[in-house]
Amino acid sequence: MMKFRFRRQGADPQREKIKQELFAFNKTVEHGFPHQPSALAFDPVLQLMAIGTRAGAIKVYGAPGVEFTGLHNDTTSVTQIHFLPGQGRLLSLLDDNTIHLWELTAMTPRQVGGVKREGVVILQEVASYSLPGRPGIESCSTTRVTVLLLQRSCTVLCIGTEGGGVYFLDLAILSLKDSQTLLQDQVTQSLPEDYRCGKSLGPVESLQEHPRQAGKILIGYSRGLVVLWDVSSRQIEQLFLGKQQLESLVWERSGNLFVSSHSDGGYSVWAVAGGNANNQQPVSSAIPYGPFPCKAINKILWRTTETGSPMLLYSGGMPRASYGDRHCLTIQQDKEHVTLDFTSRVIDFFTVHNVEQEKEWDEPSALLVLLEEELVVIDLQTPGWPSLPTPYLAPLHSSAVTCSCHISSVPPKLWERLLNAGKAQQGRQHTSKKWPICGGKNLAPPPTQQELLLTGHEDGTVRFWDASGVALTPVYKIGTANVFHTDCDPSDDPSNDPDMQQEEEWPPFKKVGCFDPYSDDPRLGIQKISLCKYSNKLVVAGTAGQVIVLGLNDESSDHTVDVSVVDLLQDREGFTWKGHDRLDPRLKPAPFPPGFQPQVLVQCMPPASVTAVALHAEWNLIAFGTSHGFGLFDYHRRNAVLARCTLHPNDSLAMEGPLSRVKSLKKSLRQSFRRIRKSRVSGKKRPITTPTSKVQEANAALAEQEDVAPIQRRIEPRSADDSLSGVVRCLCFADTFLRDGTHHGPTLWAGTNSGSVYAYALEVPGVGSGRGPERGVGGESSACVEAVLGKEIQLMHRAPVVSICVLDGRAKPLPDPYEASQDLASAPDMSSAHSVLIASEEQLKVFSLPKVSAKTKFKLTAHEGCRVRKVALAVFSSTAQEDYSEHTLVCLTNMGDMHLFNIPGLRPQVRYDCIRKEDISGIASCVFTRNGQGFYLVSPSEYERFSLSAKVLTQALCCVGVDRLMACSHGMTLLPHANGTHKNQMGQAEGPTETSPSSLSSPILDTPLDSPLSCADLTLDSTGELTVEDVRDFLTVDEEENNLKNIQEEDEHSAGILIN
Amino acid sequence: MSRMQLHKAMGGVVEVKSKFEAEYRRFAFKRNCPGGFQEFYSLLQTIHRIHDVDMLLGYADDSGDLLPINNEDNFHKAVMSANPLLRIIITKKEDEPAPFPDNPLQRRKKGLGLSVLRTNGSLSIHSKNKLGRMISLPQNFRQISSIIDVDILPETHRRVRLHKHGTHKPLGFYIRDGVSVRVTPQGVEKVPGVFISRLVRGGLAESTGLLGLNDEILEVNGIDVTGKSLDQVTDMMVANSHNLIVTVKPANQRNNVIHRGSGTSVGSSISFGLNGSTGSSLLHGSTSPTSQSNPITASSTAEGDSDEEDDDDDCDLIVENERLMFPECDGVANSNKVYSNSEILQDGSVMRTLQQSVSMPEYIASALTDRAMVMSSTYGHS
Repeated sequence: MMKFRFRRQGADPQREKIKQELFAFNKTVEHGFPHQPSALAFDPVLQLMAIGTRAGAIKVYGAPGVEFTGLHNDTTSVTQIHFLPGQGRLLSLLDDNTIHLWELTAMTPRQVGGVKREGVVILQEVASYSLPGRPGIESCSTTRVTVLLLQRSCTVLCIGTEGGGVYFLDLAILSLKDSQTLLQDQVTQSLPEDYRCGKSLGPVESLQEHPRQAGKILIGYSRGLVVLWDVSSRQIEQLFLGKQQLESLVWERSGNLFVSSHSDGGYSVWAVAGGNANNQQPVSSAIPYGPFPCKAINKILWRTTETGSPMLLYSGGMPRASYGDRHCLTIQQDKEHVTLDFTSRVIDFFTVHNVEQEKEWDEPSALLVLLEEELVVIDLQTPGWPSLPTPYLAPLHSSAVTCSCHISSVPPKLWERLLNAGKAQQGRQHTSKKWPICGGKNLAPPPTQQELLLTGHEDGTVRFWDASGVALTPVYKIGTANVFHTDCDPSDDPSNDPDMQQEEEWPPFKKVGCFDPYSDDPRLGIQKISLCKYSNKLVVAGTAGQVIVLGLNDESSDHTVDVSVVDLLQDREGFTWKGHDRLDPRLKPAPFPPGFQPQVLVQCMPPASVTAVALHAEWNLIAFGTSHGFGLFDYHRRNAVLARCTLHPNDSLAMEGPLSRVKSLKKSLRQSFRRIRKSRVSGKKRPITTPTSKVQEANAALAEQEDVAPIQRRIEPRSADDSLSGVVRCLCFADTFLRDGTHHGPTLWAGTNSGSVYAYALEVPGVGSGRGPERGVGGESSACVEAVLGKEIQLMHRAPVVSICVLDGRAKPLPDPYEASQDLASAPDMSSAHSVLIASEEQLKVFSLPKVSAKTKFKLTAHEGCRVRKVALAVFSSTAQEDYSEHTLVCLTNMGDMHLFNIPGLRPQVRYDCIRKEDISGIASCVFTRNGQGFYLVSPSEYERFSLSAKVLTQALCCVGVDRLMACSHGMTLLPHANGTHKNQMGQAEGPTETSPSSLSSPILDTPLDSPLSCADLTLDSTGELTVEDVRDFLTVDEEENNLKNIQEEDEHSAGILIN
Repeated sequence: MSRMQLHKAMGGVVEVKSKFEAEYRRFAFKRNCPGGFQEFYSLLQTIHRIHDVDMLLGYADDSGDLLPINNEDNFHKAVMSANPLLRIIITKKEDEPAPFPDNPLQRRKKGLGLSVLRTNGSLSIHSKNKLGRMISLPQNFRQISSIIDVDILPETHRRVRLHKHGTHKPLGFYIRDGVSVRVTPQGVEKVPGVFISRLVRGGLAESTGLLGLNDEILEVNGIDVTGKSLDQVTDMMVANSHNLIVTVKPANQRNNVIHRGSGTSVGSSISFGLNGSTGSSLLHGSTSPTSQSNPITASSTAEGDSDEEDDDDDCDLIVENERLMFPECDGVANSNKVYSNSEILQDGSVMRTLQQSVSMPEYIASALTDRAMVMSSTYGHS
């Protein structure tokens, strides 16, 4: 209570101003592939492609970097999108039967990251329309829209409906041209008697305008009837009496032919020319994958080429029994026939071809297929129809993303080597043809630095993405599966492969696309990644306790990977690991392509999933932790330095491993289902006959009420033996003061799930402040790294330790390894006292070093009721003053909001709502960059990029040249965000950006920890709560001090400090 | 605990380091055969050569708390807790200082320093008791709960403080979502609220009698829970569980403290530092019904972790009969100690008399006479 009375309110106007210049929250870009796409469209004039999603988002893509996003007010599935070619407008049809008109509008010039941007275009909804009909009963309503056709003039929209009527909508005024409406009765009247047979024609399945004669449209009804309708004269020009249920129609370019596809897996070619008004028979008809029953051909395209016979492209049509479950698209031209075999459902596809009326041929150049999980582009001009790499819309989730890691300002040297390694990989499979969609212009300045996003995947691969700009482009990919023997050893593949692609196989399948949700071995999954960008060392750690150290090599190499096993249980008795086995390492030399090549493999025993990893390339050390303990390994000398068990004696869950826990979950689910069923049955079948049974019933009802009692939560402090207390949550290396205030040296810090922090002093040969010689260790033994337990801190509240970070004398985080020694960052301040920032789920705390006494803290959970999930230190630069920046602690909570704290004062600065609190995977996937940006998964396939910095923003800034006048829209300052994930930003310190640059007279940054200035910034917290941590000091400094301490200890009855 | 058990298993030696005034003595005895309390008492007298001095014994337990040794139970507990060093502090009975100990917060912050052991002459009162039991004074026990801020809260509300720290007893309550009815100028309004859904038998919450089923939780450690989700409130309570202050609107409004409207400024939970003043108010028999400190313990001295945490907050007397079994204590310590006055709680009038009891001896006396039987019966088990 009194916390609140005593806390100084942050009303300092000067500080508020600085905050506004430093912090601003924006969701900027969505990287990756839209989740659950449901519609596709292409504007051949502007060269733009639009994708609609089931969440009601519309995303428009052009050349790489050109992206526009719009979100419908209702999160209803987008079922169709149609561009108004060349106008920068598009129409969307939603599942709720509404039609929306969108426009690319020029935005008012505005400040972005301190720079004025003009001509930037955004996507905005301008109008919406819904067909009048009986509202409410949409599903059976006759006015439910099935197809849309935009007439070439772009003024009239033809709407086909479920009831078989075709309506005409004037787009300019958004009203129906009632006189033009074509109801089914009119068509039926002119049908021959024998065709009519009293049945309805069914919904309108397809509307296609005559390619040469405007005003003539082809109307296809579900039952199979196709009508060529002249809109202006309102007359049926021709009837085509199809007998098969119709799926789609397509015109041939000349307008002399059209093709219909049917639900039986066949297609028919019809001739339009000729005076016969009633066309009974198609010119030709075929069921390509017959004769056995086939699935429907959902969509068919017929494209003419100059060189030879037309190209036929259709989706579906596979033999129902044998390949009914495949997602296929067939390309046929002459004798060439390829069945593209995709791993996910085909949503829609289109070809990029000549659209100019003058041109005689279609000449398709590329085929774009939108699948449920990826976008596949096929080059139709290169023989063999190879696929093109996509520069954006990359399927991040080709194998499920299990972890991610962001590297900012990648050195150019490493960048180049990675690009080369990536090119070598791609060269094998892709053509070098240009990306066919190139509309719009990217106005964003070229990135000032290269950024990498590394994603670890379930199948054991690590993918490197270029995250410097708006388009997340794949750079390079490594697999770790080849370090191990797995069930499907790649060595078996060469023998199998030729068989797989036999010429005689029918249909001629060709695997396309990279989405592959099936992992051969879940143990291969990557859990943690750490990359040293200066020494090009990469550490990846996985589900089966494997930790792999990789080095970058430009040549391919054939070598054996060194294997070490580290037992983390040490001598703990009575534990048996019931989880999965460790992976079998491959002991024979294996070929490794250029790029990152595995050098050392460390396997933890028991092989539990690695929960934390740290790399210090300068000391050649890696640290890794699992649910059982942590280890330290010298990968240069290939020896394990340390293994420490963190298990609590009562912790049995940790030993079971993931598999047996799944079992128990299943069991408990089964039990609870049984319980539900039982209570239901007993509740309903009870006969009500006698008064006694009434009592029984009342009792039963009461019992049932108890069953459905509201959720309750137990209020109990965390105890030491809560399950999984030994899980190592974070590890960190630091060169700091652990032994005493004068000698600094390498240290290793580890934090566990139960609020324990272990600090080890390391003896690294050739590093440190020369304590090695003092100890008289020389010769052979000095060549080994040694670890001595220095401190053990038990946080009183026992909450899991989320992060540990050592701050230097100026309260800045220590630089990365090599950064200081290679003059890439300013050297840390070793002259004044260091401190360590320990963030637990409940509290943030700064302790002084080496004495580990609490300096400042912020009890987030006690105040806000939220728990810390992710923590990072970031540098925020001021928009107003070029050289002013602050180190800030960014903290994501389980409520999905971002809290920013200054360090070391830990005073709350700003809070932003960022992620929905229900989006647990989004919160779990969040990574921060060094400059105040971040990424989180909004869906399995998409990263949302956000920025907390007022200065550093990566967002789409692009323009499109359109045929119409671009109206300037005012008042739009925020880009809308798709996927329905946007939250209101509350408590935001976003002020008017046009404030004049202020003078920052008192930079709080560089004041030493102990100065009065920083003290003034501390929170006064005088609760009665006991927050002293139990600090055990293991480092005996010297004999004299030791004695002194002993005496003190005895006098003080200090049970907390043990000296050994 | 494991270390302790380890030593026990080793059947080792208890090293004793005893301090009387400025003098230290070191000696050892076998853990298996420590003898009785009286033996130990005379042993210490011999060692320190203070045969003619009436002394009070205290020891430092695992967590650095000073706990009294004045009967067999806590003596055995003290022996158990030695690992292997047992630190004994001897004070003269006459030395009894001010009746209230230091601000516990300060004590904490000092780290592991022991505050002076406080027991007083009342020991003799106890020894005159029928059964001759040695019962410590309230301040020798750990306070487990209190009602605070009575004067600043509406009568319909109650602010309860639960002291979890050090006890092995679970807090023992559950909360749930619910609908609360608020009377607003616009009329009756239903708003979501958080309620106590269950009290675990034998838990701290139940034993205090201050929290009841379906009590609505309004604040947690001074922070309004309106608009917070059940999970948030849970997290806040867990984060504050060492010193949990919940403001509730009791479902049963009959036991409310009657507001006396005394002008005394009452130390809310903030007034940790008001040690002296509270003490004096006690001594002078302040009429404030709420500003008394009646720190009573459900003492778990036998658990060996009894941690003198007597806050100078206003609190009402809460003691609860509680029988805890400590299997690791092998029958030595199943004696738990506590006397119950749940009836007192249920009966508002008794509570008021307690509040009016102005001076310590009277209060003690009333409590003792009221509960003598219970006490004797509980203690009889040792």
